Amino acid sequence: MLHYIIRRLLIAIPVLFGVTVLNFFIINLAPGNPVDMMVNPSATPEQLAMTKHALGLDQPVWVQYFNWLGQLIHGNLGFSYQTREPVTQILMSHIGPTLLLMGVSLVVGYLIAIPLGILCARKQNSWIDYLVTGFSFFGISVPHFFLGLGVIYVFASKLLMFPTGSMNTLGGDGGLIDTVNHLVLPVLVLSTGIAGNMVRYVRSSMLDVLGKDYLRTAKAKGLSQFIITNKHALRNSLIPIITVIGIDIPLLIGGAIVTEQVFQWPGLGLLTIQSITSRDYSTLMAINLLAAVTVLFANLLTDILYAVADPRIRYD
Amino acid sequence: MAMKLNPNKNVPELEGVGTSEQIMDQFGEEESYLHMIARRFFKHKLAFAGLIVFSLIVLIAALAPIITPHDPNKIFNEFEAAPSANHLLGTDPVGRDVMSRLIYGAQVSISVGVGAVAIYVAIGIVLGLIAGYCGKWVDMVIMRLTDVFMSFPYFMVILVLVSIIGPSLFNITIVIGLLGWPAIARLVRGSVLSIKEMDYVKAGVALGYSTPKILFQHILPNALAPILVNATFGVASAIIMEASLSFLGMGVRPPAASWGNMLTQAESITVLSSQPWLWIPPGLMILLAVLSVNFIGDGLRDAIESQNAK
Amino acid sequence: MPPLEQETPLLQVKNLKKYYPIKKGIISKTVGHVKAVDDVSFDIYPGETMGLVGESGCGKSTTGRSLVRLEDPTAGQVIFQGKDLASISHREMRKLRTDLQIIFQDPYSSLNPRKRIGDLLAEPLIAHKLATRSEADQKVNEILEIVGLSKQYKNRYPHEFSGGQRQRIGIARALMLHPKLIICDEPVSALDVSIQAQVLNLLKDLQKELHLTYVFIAHGLGAVKYISDRITVMYLGKVMELATTKEIFEHPKHPYTEILLNAYPIPNPHMRGRDQIVVDGDVPSPANPPKGCVFHTRCPFAKDICREKIPVLSGKDHLVACHFPLESVNV
Repeated sequence: MLHYIIRRLLIAIPVLFGVTVLNFFIINLAPGNPVDMMVNPSATPEQLAMTKHALGLDQPVWVQYFNWLGQLIHGNLGFSYQTREPVTQILMSHIGPTLLLMGVSLVVGYLIAIPLGILCARKQNSWIDYLVTGFSFFGISVPHFFLGLGVIYVFASKLLMFPTGSMNTLGGDGGLIDTVNHLVLPVLVLSTGIAGNMVRYVRSSMLDVLGKDYLRTAKAKGLSQFIITNKHALRNSLIPIITVIGIDIPLLIGGAIVTEQVFQWPGLGLLTIQSITSRDYSTLMAINLLAAVTVLFANLLTDILYAVADPRIRYD
Repeated sequence: MAMKLNPNKNVPELEGVGTSEQIMDQFGEEESYLHMIARRFFKHKLAFAGLIVFSLIVLIAALAPIITPHDPNKIFNEFEAAPSANHLLGTDPVGRDVMSRLIYGAQVSISVGVGAVAIYVAIGIVLGLIAGYCGKWVDMVIMRLTDVFMSFPYFMVILVLVSIIGPSLFNITIVIGLLGWPAIARLVRGSVLSIKEMDYVKAGVALGYSTPKILFQHILPNALAPILVNATFGVASAIIMEASLSFLGMGVRPPAASWGNMLTQAESITVLSSQPWLWIPPGLMILLAVLSVNFIGDGLRDAIESQNAK
Repeated sequence: MPPLEQETPLLQVKNLKKYYPIKKGIISKTVGHVKAVDDVSFDIYPGETMGLVGESGCGKSTTGRSLVRLEDPTAGQVIFQGKDLASISHREMRKLRTDLQIIFQDPYSSLNPRKRIGDLLAEPLIAHKLATRSEADQKVNEILEIVGLSKQYKNRYPHEFSGGQRQRIGIARALMLHPKLIICDEPVSALDVSIQAQVLNLLKDLQKELHLTYVFIAHGLGAVKYISDRITVMYLGKVMELATTKEIFEHPKHPYTEILLNAYPIPNPHMRGRDQIVVDGDVPSPANPPKGCVFHTRCPFAKDICREKIPVLSGKDHLVACHFPLESVNV
């Protein structure tokens, strides 16, 4: 077990390395040099030339890569082309809203999906099963931006129940209730996709487990349906679902970009779009790297959780 | 590398292990595998409906020049006109006929969906076959490469890449195509690992067939079913991807019409609230196209899986 | 048909070894080996059938597969027509494959489910450019008749046939290239008993007509007795005894052979009177075979020397690897 975790961690190292190589390669496609981005653009021309030389801009590409990597390890993500601020600082100021949006959406999505999935499995082929299946297809098929515009049209523009966007009322004093008010619609959009995807996994996983012999044994022993479903079946059927969380993270990041744009939610997604529009490649690359590392660790965590939860996995 | 639940993997001889083929014995005399899948597929009502809807969209895309009422780029004097007999879905803020643009948008969605998936399925198949069949360090390298590509959040990296190399229909197709292969490669590799232990593959080796022949004629046809399912869902996701990119202004750009970029106008709150004919039809078309493809994929999966499970 | 002294063997196996590494730990360090085949030698003469017998896991299938290089041997030689199959290039091996064929145990997994029977059978000829499409088609008709199937079956898929019919198709496929030697890897053990005899008879008839040489692998002595000229008995990757079928059945020298014979219902009433050797215990793991004679843990006659010294396979025509061959005990 411990061996498996250590092995999995060791495997992640070359992958992490590969992630930085690929990221560097993408940066190289952009106009300007990735090492350029390390240099504070507000420096004087003399300082600039000196730092450039120190960073080895005249060196071959692979040397430049290692220089860039060295800076990265020391936490220097470069400077924004646009605002001249250090990129790390910009990221820190946008990460909170995104984590809030994603975290709440994930929790809400699962809180909807897991009970619905169990219900569908218990009442297979009933009208509720068909209804939920329909909802699930809608959830995975509807583009975030269309759903986003749709809910703004209905709930913000026509019913005037919620604000159309942003995180806090302009000029307002902020406050929890105000934020929650702004959070409802974007969370609705993101969690619809998550729940739509998840509900199918829960349903099929639950159906799979419900057909197993040990559940028939439990029934034969005279255990109540409630205990059977929630204790014996649920625990075993949730194991394969762990992998879905690993799949959800990258989807969530993609969804967040679009959703934040539609709702003008001041997170990393909106920052991405702004950086694209202003051609702020240093910020863009930092976000990309951050997202990739997040996904990498989410996958790592998923694999390890899975191994911990399911003792049948062979660790070789 | 990660988790192996397949008990047959390293067993050199399969001693009386039942195979799915055994089960196939009970089915009718003249029915081939493909017929069986097709029969099951058409019994799946939603899948069948999905196929009809998707075929219609393909037909609309193909016949766009004939069936459009107006030139999609022609500018009329009426801006933001409400639907009328001449302009069934009204006109946009520039004065172009929304209906005609909607019809041309189908071309974009279909070509990105099918084109990008065709590219990455081809890449994924080749890499998966090589990794699974060669094993050893080749497998190691390809699988780590897959991990690297899978670590990048798909949409994010596509967005960044397209923004750097320049947004266009061709570029987004290529970028989605070049980045989408890891899932297919993993899937193919997994199938190859189990199929290559089958005696019919060993028989091929013993009969002196070349490795490419064994890979493409004996292993691949038996691994095709899950690839087909995955590729179908891939078409759906590529359509969403294109629409989202175009919506963000990083895909197909005006004046060319795409369902995604038609929705961009709805970011203005006036268009959103007072001219729903401008953004609801293209949004519904995306939803319809994606739903139909997802239904097809679901039907295919059921048809194939019930065959393996029964 | 015992081999004549002066005849040259069709295939020689010399000190064949096949070890599978056992990997453990974080960096997959090799911590040991499964000795599937450990120092096996025998000759096969043209026209004979060599039976290869032993319990499952004794390495008989691995040996058989090494002969057609479906497994790459760890050490040793497989000499066929003056060439060592273990060391020649893949290209050269591909050419030689027309002379060496294999029939598999499981008739369900040995035929590609996506190919029609006609294509399945014509494929070898076309792949080796030995015939055009129409010539191959003609040959397929002929071969189907030879193995007792109607040529109308050509357009059907494997799943439309029974196990026995499939095995006939497997045999037909092996025959397409006119091989000299066919490895029969438990070809009847997956079939119903009533079908087994038909397939065995087919193999026997084909051998006579086409002058084939067989290596016939089986886990019991029943089918082997019927079809083999000589028998090699294997246990834990090693050869225990090698002699003519008659010798093996009438004068077994190795205690293990005796045990296998006892497991087989003997039709000869005279033999039934003999004291039966009872075996107990399980087959030891080939990853950790016993020291000395590998059979000593289950051998009723094991002495101290058996636990220390590996017996050498010796004898003139009747080879046995035992410190105390049975005749010296019983007579």
